[in-house]
Amino acid sequence: MSMIFGVPLAVLLGQLLIGIINGAFYALLSLGLAVIFGLLKIINFAHGAMYMLGALVTVVLFDALGVNYWVALFLAPLLVGVFGVLIEYFLLRRIAGQDHIYSLLLTFGVALILQGVLTNIYGVSGLRYAMPDVFKGGFNLDFMFLPYYRAWVIVVALLVCFGTWFMIEKTKLGSYLRAGTEDSQLMQGFGINVPLLVSLTYGFGVALAAFAGVLAAPIYSVTPTMGSTTLIVVFAVVVIGGMGSIGGAIITGILMGVIEGLTKTFYPPASSAVIFLVMVVVLMFRPNGLFGKEA
Amino acid sequence: MMSQPINSADVHKAMLEQQKSQDRRKMLLNGALLLLLLAAPFALYPVFLMKILCFALFAVAFNLLFGFTGLLSFGHAAFLASGAYTTGYLLSNYSGLTTEMGIIAGTLVATALGLVFALLSIRRQGIYFAMVTLALAQLVYFFFVQSEFTGGEDGLHGIPRGELFGVIDLSDNMNMYYFVLTVFIACYLLVQRIVSSPYGQVLKAIKQNEPRAVSLGYNVDRYKILAFVISAGLTGLAGSLKSVVFQLASLNDAHWHMSGEVILMTLVGGLGTLLGPVIGSTFVVNVEYQLSQGPLRDWVDPILGGIFVLTVLAFRSGIVGEIQKFMRKNLG
Amino acid sequence: MTMTKKLLTSAVASALMVGGAQAAISDNTVKIGYLADMSGTYRDLAGPNGLKALEMAIKDFGGKVNGATIEVVSADDRNNPDSSSSTVRRWVENDKVDMVAGMVASSVTIAVSKILEENDRLGIVSGSAASSITNEHCTPNHIHYVYDTYPLANGTASAVVKEGGKSWYLMTADYAFGHALEADVTRVVEANGGEIVGSVRHPFPTQDFSSFVLQAQASGADVVGLANAGSDTTNAITTASEFGVTQAGQTLAALLLFLTDVHALGVNTAQGIQLTTGWYWDMNDETREWSDRFMKETGVRPTMVHAGIYSSTLQYLNAVAATGSDNAQAVRKQMMDTPINDMFTKNGRIREDGRMVHDMYLAEVKKPEESKNEWDLYKILRTIPADEAYRPLSESKCKLVNN
Repeated sequence: MSMIFGVPLAVLLGQLLIGIINGAFYALLSLGLAVIFGLLKIINFAHGAMYMLGALVTVVLFDALGVNYWVALFLAPLLVGVFGVLIEYFLLRRIAGQDHIYSLLLTFGVALILQGVLTNIYGVSGLRYAMPDVFKGGFNLDFMFLPYYRAWVIVVALLVCFGTWFMIEKTKLGSYLRAGTEDSQLMQGFGINVPLLVSLTYGFGVALAAFAGVLAAPIYSVTPTMGSTTLIVVFAVVVIGGMGSIGGAIITGILMGVIEGLTKTFYPPASSAVIFLVMVVVLMFRPNGLFGKEA
Repeated sequence: MMSQPINSADVHKAMLEQQKSQDRRKMLLNGALLLLLLAAPFALYPVFLMKILCFALFAVAFNLLFGFTGLLSFGHAAFLASGAYTTGYLLSNYSGLTTEMGIIAGTLVATALGLVFALLSIRRQGIYFAMVTLALAQLVYFFFVQSEFTGGEDGLHGIPRGELFGVIDLSDNMNMYYFVLTVFIACYLLVQRIVSSPYGQVLKAIKQNEPRAVSLGYNVDRYKILAFVISAGLTGLAGSLKSVVFQLASLNDAHWHMSGEVILMTLVGGLGTLLGPVIGSTFVVNVEYQLSQGPLRDWVDPILGGIFVLTVLAFRSGIVGEIQKFMRKNLG
Repeated sequence: MTMTKKLLTSAVASALMVGGAQAAISDNTVKIGYLADMSGTYRDLAGPNGLKALEMAIKDFGGKVNGATIEVVSADDRNNPDSSSSTVRRWVENDKVDMVAGMVASSVTIAVSKILEENDRLGIVSGSAASSITNEHCTPNHIHYVYDTYPLANGTASAVVKEGGKSWYLMTADYAFGHALEADVTRVVEANGGEIVGSVRHPFPTQDFSSFVLQAQASGADVVGLANAGSDTTNAITTASEFGVTQAGQTLAALLLFLTDVHALGVNTAQGIQLTTGWYWDMNDETREWSDRFMKETGVRPTMVHAGIYSSTLQYLNAVAATGSDNAQAVRKQMMDTPINDMFTKNGRIREDGRMVHDMYLAEVKKPEESKNEWDLYKILRTIPADEAYRPLSESKCKLVNN
């Protein structure tokens, strides 16, 4: 078998594929964060908590009402999105116009509350969520066994990422959004309800996180704390991509998945730190991230 | 801000009078606080008081950077931990070292680390600055987890308190307390001095309007780097003291939650006020401690989160800031 | 039945200790502090339910010891040694706490045991895994009750190797606990004629294990050993099941898995995994009787830590009653002299290094068709005798052991 740096080629191919899958997942999570920052200038430290909420709601809906995976895929983001709208309406709106840092602190507080309260209700061992039957099994590629579910994750995550990018950057709705958040008075004058637009944008951003949460439910241990480490990684992705750049978040997400995957192969202990190393290096040379426009 | 006086001697005199009475009030307050701190260990538990002082120093140091210079570092845990680990490691392994030497070494290491952080991050603005400091602190955390000398997640334990200058026995809680108090007051006065000096005025100018400070010909980066390094050094000192007080150093000090906690302390007390961080850390340490003992012990995190939210929404100027506002309005 | 027995022992004990002895219980109060993670990573294995177990023990004992009242204080350790130190210092110096129970995170346990040693109080550690607690960090003031990394590696690894799992691939959590387990497993595997063909050290915590699972599959090892804990272990097992590790013929061996973890995974995912445990709720009538009562209180089945907290508290109170004193050294000596025979263990004994050695059990997670309800999770395969399970004193680095 051919080897690269002491690693069999087949293993390396497998790691690359896994890296891309995880990258697509990061991209999906980063996307919401980038939308929220790019359009609203809110630094959403509750993003990890919203991701967790998406997964938790999926499990609870199933346990309590028997709601299946496919329905949850729409319902959980919807519920979490509505919750996000409420948070925007009752909390974030009150600090609009203040320094961005306050939005970071406020959402950090919200995350602590959500995480703490849910821990007291659901514990920390993790909730069980069975893999839907259709996804049992996998493809036997030559170099690895690819579970159907991972294949599904990559397809659906990339679709949603591309769809969101397209909607915001290329459609009329997107241009309203961008204009509305950049010059709210002008848009107000055109008869567009800007505050509603802001609420909905925030709701949409956190719904994306919740969507990632639903995708995570069958494969990761669902606990109230599952979002807290993910949050920091995803933030790093968005910063590297350039805060607020939606395309940047997507590309960087995939890139970071691959880099992390390779680190897991060659020097596993550093795999949680490598992303921060990349961030420091990138920001040294590109102060506004890889795809960021201005400070 | 106060309105500009009309060009009249009477008004000017009144202003001076007012300034004097304010100064007098301030001195009275400071004197009362000092007395309180001196007497405190006779009424309250000294180790707990020392914990508060260490965190107060941490918050004061952090506030110099965030409150007065406008730079939000999300990586200050790295300095706290590097101070604590250095001091702890040295005092545990080299019995020839007196306690103050260990503490000075911890402070120096944190200061040096602060310089590295500053050089790498100082040109970044706003949220990017926060994120770079966070990233660097995560790398430092990784280093601490990997290193043998930190004892990994077990931490360093049984750090000897030793003798100050080889004479004063610090294993006595009272001695230790007055030592920590002395260091704390010295640092507090130092920060007070820095803030009111011309240098401090430039820092404030940078915070309010950086481009203008640049156009006035100040080398803004140098000012910011110096502020960062001082802040990091004092934070390291707080960590060093803490490791001697508790006789342990652990990964908790290096975790990013610690960087979040000091923000909370500073914010609750009053950002950009001198006394704010002290009050804020006293408040937060107490809340955390009392809650973790009481019937609400399972709910500490969500309550802290609630305090975060409430502070940002309703008391952005913090406890001290709100009191100052109130005083200005009613007694001004 | 057990209840009357306990009452009887305490009655006999107090009858023996007439008069003067009572004065030896300071303030005529025995005060127990329960310190554990109430809100973080280790909440479910000890946490609030551990406090319930402790209170059950006091109630079963009769609420009083030799006429002295028993008081309980409790606190969240926040998994933070500083906070825990403040708490315990105040407990022993101001609040006159005689014994501290619970304790999970090793950093917390080590910090607390130092304070207890300074102030000559007793600590009974039920939650921690680190075997260093009664090795290099041993003190004359604490007892380590339920389990530690040594028997975990010993039990699972030697059993699996003997069953033919000769080549191992280890997934190790990259911190002191993981390293200790890894070293112990390596020793045991090699001593039994197996070999470690590969290993990976993953960061703590890790959510996505697919990359590591892939490496384990590529290694071709018979056994994939998980030298990690908590959500890392459950995530690794979930991913292994998704990637068909066991279907492809590899065996999973988890070195530290609590009942709550297996319950969270469910038998579908966790079936067939072998693990070592210090206790299981469904072993005999005694364990079932207590577990039923525990479940009435808490709504869940007890972990071995919960059972250990109950058992050790009863042992402690018995010793206080027998000596008529709450002096740490007197009580510890009495506890060392008394073999432990209760629903937790038979013939358990506390050694001079503070290690309570008792039989451990090799268990296998049941298949879905074998499991009758959500808590019917383990099949006990083998009893690992106490002397075989724990680190022998001859290898001890503890300062209390003459080597």
